[in-house]
Formats: sequence, structure tokens, C-alpha cells
Amino acid sequence: MQQPQVLQAPPTSEIKREPIREGLELVINGKRFRHTGDEALPLLWYLRDILRLTGAKYGCDEGECGFCTVLVDGKAALACRLTMGKLANKHVTTVEGLGKPDGSLHPLQQAWIDEDAVLCGYCQPGQLMAAADLIARKPDPSDADIDHIGTLCRCGSYPRVRKAIKRAAKAMRDAR
Amino acid sequence: MTDTLWLSRRRFLKVMAGTAGALVVGIGSARAADTPPVPLGLLGDAWSQVGPYLRLDADGRIFIGARDPDNGEGTATSLPRLVAEELDADWTRVVVVPLGLGVEDGNGEPRWLYGRQRSGQGDSIPTAWTDMRQAGALARSMLLQAAAQRLGVAAGQLRVENGTVIAPDGRRLSYGQLAEAASQLAAPDTMPALKTPDRFRLVGQPVGDVDAHAAVTGKLAYAIDTADGDAMVAVLSRCPYPGGTLDGVDTGDTLKVKGVLQVIQLQPEAGQGLGMTPLAPAVAVLAEDTWSALEGRKKLKLSWKPGAMPLPSLSDLEKQAQASFDSPDALVTVVRDDGDALGLLKKKGVRRIDATYVQPWIAHAVAEPLACTVRVDPDTSAVITTASQAPRDAYTIVQRLTGLRASQIRIDVPRGGGAFGRRLLHDHLAEAMIIAMAEKPEPLRKRAIKVMWTRDEDLAHDAWRAPTIHRMSATIDQRKGITGWVQNMASPNRDLPAPARPWMSELVQDAMPAGLVSNFRSNWYALDTPLPRGEWRGTPHLSHAFASESFIDEIANALKANPLDVRLRLLGEPRKLPYRGPGGPTVDTGRLVNVLRQVADRIDWKRWLHSETGLGLACYYVNGGYVAHAIEVANKGNGQIDVVRAVCAVDVGQPVNPLGLQAQVMGGTIDALSTAMNLSITFRDGQVQQKNFRDYPIANTAQMPNDVEVIIVPSEAAPAGASVLAMPTAAPALANAVFRATAVRVRRLPLLREVARLS
Repeated sequence: MQQPQVLQAPPTSEIKREPIREGLELVINGKRFRHTGDEALPLLWYLRDILRLTGAKYGCDEGECGFCTVLVDGKAALACRLTMGKLANKHVTTVEGLGKPDGSLHPLQQAWIDEDAVLCGYCQPGQLMAAADLIARKPDPSDADIDHIGTLCRCGSYPRVRKAIKRAAKAMRDAR
Repeated sequence: MTDTLWLSRRRFLKVMAGTAGALVVGIGSARAADTPPVPLGLLGDAWSQVGPYLRLDADGRIFIGARDPDNGEGTATSLPRLVAEELDADWTRVVVVPLGLGVEDGNGEPRWLYGRQRSGQGDSIPTAWTDMRQAGALARSMLLQAAAQRLGVAAGQLRVENGTVIAPDGRRLSYGQLAEAASQLAAPDTMPALKTPDRFRLVGQPVGDVDAHAAVTGKLAYAIDTADGDAMVAVLSRCPYPGGTLDGVDTGDTLKVKGVLQVIQLQPEAGQGLGMTPLAPAVAVLAEDTWSALEGRKKLKLSWKPGAMPLPSLSDLEKQAQASFDSPDALVTVVRDDGDALGLLKKKGVRRIDATYVQPWIAHAVAEPLACTVRVDPDTSAVITTASQAPRDAYTIVQRLTGLRASQIRIDVPRGGGAFGRRLLHDHLAEAMIIAMAEKPEPLRKRAIKVMWTRDEDLAHDAWRAPTIHRMSATIDQRKGITGWVQNMASPNRDLPAPARPWMSELVQDAMPAGLVSNFRSNWYALDTPLPRGEWRGTPHLSHAFASESFIDEIANALKANPLDVRLRLLGEPRKLPYRGPGGPTVDTGRLVNVLRQVADRIDWKRWLHSETGLGLACYYVNGGYVAHAIEVANKGNGQIDVVRAVCAVDVGQPVNPLGLQAQVMGGTIDALSTAMNLSITFRDGQVQQKNFRDYPIANTAQMPNDVEVIIVPSEAAPAGASVLAMPTAAPALANAVFRATAVRVRRLPLLREVARLS
């Protein structure tokens, strides 16, 4: 008959608790950041004042001009309207992260240069990011699709922006 | 070695040996006292590592200074092209260096190193057409001379291709190899000849904007993007009543906002004299970062008092104008008076036509809100970063407020996010300087400060394009056409309380159709309003052309004639007419007829009478350029108008960069259409009503035509400016097209509101 097994008393646990990690994490242009400040801080000012990524521009602060358009998980969003609290674990792309890490340009950026779409240039990061969102959804955008881009341009670069979007879309289709 | 070639008693080119074997060429303008034989050391330039205009390095790179501020006009590209053209430079080796303000001490007075450095009225290229090409030509001739010595061949036998000197036997020397030797030569005694247009390789060829790569990668730093280390940020709450005062301040809640450092009251003194626009009383919230400053501003509890002088609305001003027009006692400025237009108007039996056009206040709404960064130590230095159309005026403000000397003041002028006349004024800089000079606790002293305007403040505190009221009268005859023309214009006084001081740029004496109608009279009347006013992208021409080019179509309609024929008849045989003001001393009616015919052909004008869509035309001369628009619109019903096509032909003389010119014309057309269709600033209870783009709705891409067809007339005439060229004719061509499509004659802008009201 088997002796009942004597259970050994387990050793005292030494497992450390996970340290409490303050704030929230998000990825911006492929890099991980942790924001520990106020969750009400708009993304626009986090980018511009804290990370010194000034590609996203201030224009109206009320979501009306589109100069601050960025991509959040691939979709166009207005950085002035998004608070940091809503961005935990999100992936944000700004115009600085639109090209490849090796510095080569996104087809949209190249098309912008080829069409000479820059006048004063201030709204163009917002135009580019809105176009990046569009072109990801519609590889062959029609004029009506492009009309949905609401980013304003004070200089009137719209016709060249339109041509640049079509040029980039074609380049991307041809590359496939 | 350093040598100077005098071009005139006042202008000179200077050649210097730069560091590391570079050849440096500068352009200078001297005051009378400096004309030779003043020692060259007094004439400056040598302090700069990059020559004021051109520095050719031994490695072949060519640094060219862009002297005029570029706010989207493209001069950072087109001006350096002029130097590169005469130099026969390889454009791919050119590095454009934006030049900040060039100023040095000249016995207590500022001495301007780079000339006017002003952008406005589209005269950057006309001004640069001579001196910047001369700088390139001088450098080229010295490089050729150096090559001739090195190769043992006469300079006349050498040719240059893309920055390489080639001997008849095929030996080649690059400019980089020659730079040092050239810098040791004496400058020639006379100015080498400039190229004739048939030898241009770069001028007239399209080239992209030099800042495009930086702009599309987000690396282009505007003034609003600068931090100067770790600048504090100030946003302001300004008195919403023009001419009003601050009545009460409670900053308690603001100071509790995390990051807010200080609240500063700005009570500008009367007659502080900060340009034409007096500063509004304001409260500035100074914080560690922009968001804290904005949040702090929200928590301010402020009360303001309206100014003593009531603020007339546009309809009040209209009544003022009508009363003036009708009163024989009203103070009138006669702008031009030919023949007997007034007499003809009163004559019995003549057929007359009258119409009154009303144009509202409009805002500049620059894309990049006003912003500047200043680092000031009142005893030693001031370092400023701001966009500006007139950095010399920025300097005057800084100098006056600090008392510093020219050598202690540095003003950097990065590319600006649009300007349109707004950046001729520097109220934001004056505010920044007052904040910087204000008492502060020790840790904050000497820290850089960035002042940033918010959009609501931008719309509410502008030096607006002032409203105009035009009453036009003409005598017409079925057989003879337009026999007499009387235009009465009323616009705000330059400044109160002067009884009638015109805003001088507004009185374009010889604007169309002056000189074309033998009985012609043009009057100006003052309107009383205390509101500040400013220049707005070709201000006077915009208002004039809308009234006169709309009126010509009304005349055509009254005569049951084709508006194209009426214009061609008015313009008559090609001839030169005297023209006072920018672009003069003459205008060529033949060049205007040409652009008019070009747009008519392109839009297929013979459809005009029967087309279901509406076709409209307008033409005008401005600043030495010639422009015509043909616009086609579709009536969508319910006051909705769709601009189907926009064609614009321009003759600016020799186009320097056709791609840049096309951009200015395309952009100007869209700006003018968007403004005419939708935009106005209005006042209620003494305050501006517009707060943001929702009520100041700049058109988006869907509301504008998909394309603007730009026709550039080839020409070898000396170039005129282009930045305001497309502005005057787009709105009247639109209104004329809308009349054809809807039978509604719009005499009051903004146009869409008026179409909805009248249809």
C-alpha cells in the first residue's frame, strides 16, 4: 500500500508584481512612445510641442481646415480633435512618417513634387495625409472621390493636388 | 581679394574671395555719401559666409541667396534662377539659401544690405530682372577669365555648358575648379553684357519649387514651427471691439492651469505708432507649451468696453456713399477727368445706364496663422523669426521697442504660409516684443517667446480689405457704343479724423477703361469708419475690375450686343496708352486684346448666346501684366452655381518660370472665385461675427473647378509680376457667366448669397 505522499510546503513566493506603468503607449511613425501627461492633451500639441514633429500644422483648432490631418491606424483623422486618452496602442502616421525609413518618398510625395503642387506649402502635409487615406481605400480614385477631401488650401493648389493624387495612384497600381 | 564694379552711382557688384577657395559676388546699393572712393570695407557684405547673392564653392556647389520673402509666390525659386541663367550654372548644383533681413549699422541708421526685400504687388521679379542677372553675368565673366589664363586660350574662344568651361580643343574645367582663381582676379571695368532672350537656357523653362521636397516631407519649418530651443508660448485674447478698451480682468482660474507661467496685459499707448494698425488692447497668456496657453486663455474672465466711435455696418456705409454721390457739397477727389462725361450724362435724349456695385470687407485668413519667435535681451540682442512681406518694417518695430543697434538685431524670415498683404503688417511681432520686454520673474527672463495667433483672433483682428461702393454711369449709343463713363467710388478713409485722405494705392487713375472712352470721369469719396484696413492681394484692382468689367457686360446687355465685341470695340486698334503707377508708364491695348481673344477661343465663345451653361468674360491690365478670364458656369437651381470651366490667359512678358507662373495664375483664380462666391467679414454689435472657417468658408476642392486652364502668352518683354495677376478678372467673369446662366445680375458680393436672394 502506498504511503500517502507527504506534501511539501511550497517555498515562499518571490514572484514580483508587474511595475505599474504610468500613462499610455502609442506608436508614432513606427516608434513607440509613452505619454504620461494629461489625457486631454490633443494629439496635435503632443506631436508639435512634445515630439517636435511639426509636419502636422495648426490652422483652426476646430476640425475645419484639415491642416493637421494624420493617419490613425491607417485612417485619416484630425490631430486637433483627438485627445491622447483615446490613442492608447494606436498607430499614428504623420507626414514625417509617410515615406520609407530609408528616406525614400511615398509615391504621393513624389507625385506632389512632380506636379509642383506646393504653393505656400502650409496645408500640404494635411492634403497628403488625406490623400494617403483615400488612396488606400480607393486605388483608382475618381474626381468625385477626390472631392471628399475637405482639407482647405488658401493658395488654391487644388487642381495640382488633384493631378498629383491621380498620378500617385497610377504609379502605385503600376508598381503592383 | 575684394573688388567692386560700379553699375551706376548707386548700385554696385562686389567680388570677394570667400573661405576655402570660393568666389563670392554681392549686389549692393549705396547712398550718395558712399559713392567711390569710399573704402570698400564700409560697404559691408564681407561678414557673410554665404555671399549676399552668389557663392561658388571649390566643390562646385553654388549657393544663391533668395533675398525676397517667399510666402508661396515662388520667388525663392525664380529669383535664384535669374542668377543661374547668366552664370550658365548647373541648376542641380544650386543650393538656394533664404536670406534673412540684411541690415548693418550705418552711423546710427540702418543700412540695408539686400535692397528692398519686400514682396507685394508682384514686383520681386521685375526688380531682380536686372541686378540678379548682372551678378550671375559678372561671376561668369570672371570664371571665363580665370579659365582663359589657365588654358592659355582667349576668353572669347571659350564656351560654357552647364557649369563647365570648354576650350576649342575640348579641354574642360568645371566652375568649382576655377572658383578660387576667379576670386583672385580684379573685377572688369565694365559690366559684361547680359544674355539676349534667344540664349536663355533656364529662364522660360519650367522648374519645380526649391522647397517642395522639404514641404512634402514635413521638414519645412515655418515661423509657427520654430521653437528656438524651448520657447514659451503666448496666445492672446484681444479686445473684440475695434477701438475698444479692457474693462476688467480676472486671471485667477488661468493661473491655476498647469503649465501657465504668467498673464500679461498689453495696453498699447495711444500713438505708439506700430505701423498703420494700432494694436488692440489684449491679455496674453504665457505658458510652457501651446495647449497650456490655449487652455489658460479659455479660463480668462475679461470684460471689454466698445470704443467711443460707433462701427458702421456695410449698409450704413452704403447710405453714406449714396448721400455723398448725390450731394454737390460732398468732398470729392477727382481721380481723372477727360472730356465732358458729367455734361454728357445730363444731356437730354442720351441713353444712359447706371449700376451700383457693393463689395464687402474680406479677411486675409493666411493659412499659417501669424506667429513669431523672439529672444530678447534688452541690453544686448534681439533674435526674431517671423514670416514677413516687409522685414525692414519688422526691423523698425524691434529697433524702436528695444533701442538696440542694427548689429544687435537679427531677423530670420522663413517661408511663410501665405501672405496676401497681411504680412506687410507686424502687429504680432509688436505684441511679442511687448511681452518679451514686460516684467517677468527671473527664470522666465531672456527665455525665447513664441506668439501664436488663433484663427478666431486672425479673422477678428485683421487689417481687412476694405469695402467699396461703386456707382457707375455710362452714356451709350447703339451705333457708337460707349460715349461717356462716370465712376463714383467710395471707400474708407485712410485714417480718421482726417476729412478725406484716400488710401493712395486705391486710386488707380488709369485703370480700364480710362483712356479708352473720350468722356471719362472718375471720382473718389471717403467713408467714415474707424476700422483698420490694409492691402489684400491687388486690393484696388480687385474692386475696380469687378465694378468696371461687370458694368461693361451690363452695357453690352443694354445694347443687345455680344460682350466680347463690346470689349474689342472699346479696346480698339493696338496702341500704347499712358499709365501712371506700377506697370507703367504705358499699357499696350494690343496685348490685352490678345489675351482676351485667347480665352474666348479656348472656351469656344461662339456658344455664348445659345449655351445652356453661362459663359462670362473679363479682361484687365495690372502691374504691367495682362490678364483675361473666361468662366463657364452651370445653374444648379436654388441659388447653387457650379463653376464648370475656368480659363485664364496671361501676358507677363518673359515668363521666368512658367510652372511657377501657372501656379500663381491657377491659385489666384481659385482664390478670387472662392472669395467672390462666399466670403465676407461682417460686424454686429461692434464685433466681427466670423469665428472660424465654418463661417468664413474658404472653398474646398469640391466647390472649385477641377482644373484651371492657364494660357501663357510667349513674350520676350521684360517680365512683370504675377502674384496678383489673376485676381481682378475672375470675379467679374464669374458674375457675367452667372448672369447668362440665371438672368441674375450680381452687383453685391459675396455672390452665392446674392444669387440665392435674387432668384
